[in-house]
Amino acid sequence: MHTDKKTPYLFLLPYILLFLTFIIIPIIMAIYLSFTNFNTIERPDLIGFLNYINLLTQDEIFMQYVLPNTVLFAVIVGPGGYILSFLLAWCLAQLTTLPRMILALIFYSPSMTQGVAMAVVWKIMFSGNQSGYVNSILMRWGIITEPIIFLQDTRFILPIMIIVALWSSMGVGFLAMLAGVLNIDQTLYEAGAIDGIKNRFQELFYITIPSMKPQMLFGAVMAIVGTFSTGIIGVQLTGANPTPGYAGQLIVNHIEDYGFIRFEMGYAAALSVVLLLIIYMFSYISKKLFSET
Amino acid sequence: MALKGSGINPKKFHRSQIKFYIFLIPFAVFMMLPILFIVNHAFKPLDELYAFPPRFFVYKPTFENFQNLFELANTSGIPLSRYLLNSLIVTSAVVFLSVIISSMAGFVLSKKNFKGKFTLFEINNAALMFVPIAVIIPRFLTVSFLGIDNTFFAHILPLLAMPVGLFLIKQFIDQIPDSLIEAAIIDGASDFKIYWKIILPLIKPAIATAAILAFQLVWNDLETSTLYTTSENMRTLAFFMNTLAIETNVVVGQGMAAVASLIMFVPNLVLFIILQSKVMNTMSHSGLK
Repeated sequence: MHTDKKTPYLFLLPYILLFLTFIIIPIIMAIYLSFTNFNTIERPDLIGFLNYINLLTQDEIFMQYVLPNTVLFAVIVGPGGYILSFLLAWCLAQLTTLPRMILALIFYSPSMTQGVAMAVVWKIMFSGNQSGYVNSILMRWGIITEPIIFLQDTRFILPIMIIVALWSSMGVGFLAMLAGVLNIDQTLYEAGAIDGIKNRFQELFYITIPSMKPQMLFGAVMAIVGTFSTGIIGVQLTGANPTPGYAGQLIVNHIEDYGFIRFEMGYAAALSVVLLLIIYMFSYISKKLFSET
Repeated sequence: MALKGSGINPKKFHRSQIKFYIFLIPFAVFMMLPILFIVNHAFKPLDELYAFPPRFFVYKPTFENFQNLFELANTSGIPLSRYLLNSLIVTSAVVFLSVIISSMAGFVLSKKNFKGKFTLFEINNAALMFVPIAVIIPRFLTVSFLGIDNTFFAHILPLLAMPVGLFLIKQFIDQIPDSLIEAAIIDGASDFKIYWKIILPLIKPAIATAAILAFQLVWNDLETSTLYTTSENMRTLAFFMNTLAIETNVVVGQGMAAVASLIMFVPNLVLFIILQSKVMNTMSHSGLK
């Protein structure tokens, strides 16, 4: 291969500059600010681990609502959306081209807006009076007699957020896994049949998944990103941050609450670091599951 | 008994595929309902929006809601065309520039030998899991430190480095044979010429995919308008549509909010339909090792 000392760096320069400025530096800043007290007006002053200690010992809202909500939301939407994406991709691969394309488009389309721009649909559907669609149906079927104010009712906010997030979870990862299933070498299946693979499920576990591990990992990473990016949906649906009774409060909303409403940037940065660690942990688990080496 | 044929990517219809349809079609209907609903809702006249019991489908479609939306935008001081113009400028700039910088970076990461190459690609792979919203505050501080708030730069620059775009383009360039590039070098082509004349024409599917992902990111983006902009006439369509959707709980507002969602959603859909075969082609190379 041709080696030239300077041009590669020239080609990389614009990307690296922007990557550093808007991805790497913000992450480093978040880590630094998390050890400070910073109100955006005065200079940040170092306070050691105080923000983290407060997070663990003082922030009742975080411990009582935000953390459990985030974990529940992430565990259902992350792996749930991921398994669903894979299952749908696998089923779609068993169909002929035209219906596969049409169905794939239908599954993919909600994710185009990450669900956020479509929050209004769900607001109308779950609207709290008797002419709300869900209320109307439930009342007609005699399941409830009084309309439920879904989006202000602490019992329903998180489940509705999970439904919306799952609905929009068939994104790039889903397309990658669909391409992955379609690209598996057909002779592998023939060889598998000779080696005594008896049914589609054995085929799935012994041939399909192992041969598309790289796509599975890519899909997993995309599922994690999608899950935490749709986290703001609760504020969109209820129209308020904090969400009513903190029922739909996730870490991303908590960060915004402290950062842009209370202007406690240092504390918000500590929350950011915790969120980055959670995301990293999820990715680490996926790597362990699907890494080829 | 050994299983005959895997049935993956079949050429024609067979009875054994029915069970997949039985599972997939109800699911597809469920997935499509909200989108069908928004289309119907956008065209409902006032009495149908108010109707009790509520009806899913529109009976007498009208453009009333569209008119109301445009009128509302005009009375609020800033015409809808201003938001639209902002969105068009920002979106085309981000799509175009991010494709250029990602493909330039992807080219050297794939086809050149230099110090730090693998480390760089590894860092980019780790950044695939980057969620901008997690470090929303330092990003905000960076933008104000650079002094670009309230300019188009604040809308464009933070979104340009897209790890996913670079990753997909680099993976796609990997499968271009090295011999092609070596031949060009023998002919005396410069690196820039190789990039422009050989690489770019060959990676059109990956470019289309990176472009569509960039489009989805920037067209729907609320972060830059909410945080990096304080002057109303520098904000984008996504922001305006979102305020509309959030603030209006009255029934008349519902119709307009539905129109707003539709306007945000349709360009995404159209673009994806046009480019979908290229996207699927690129996704075949999306494996992360």
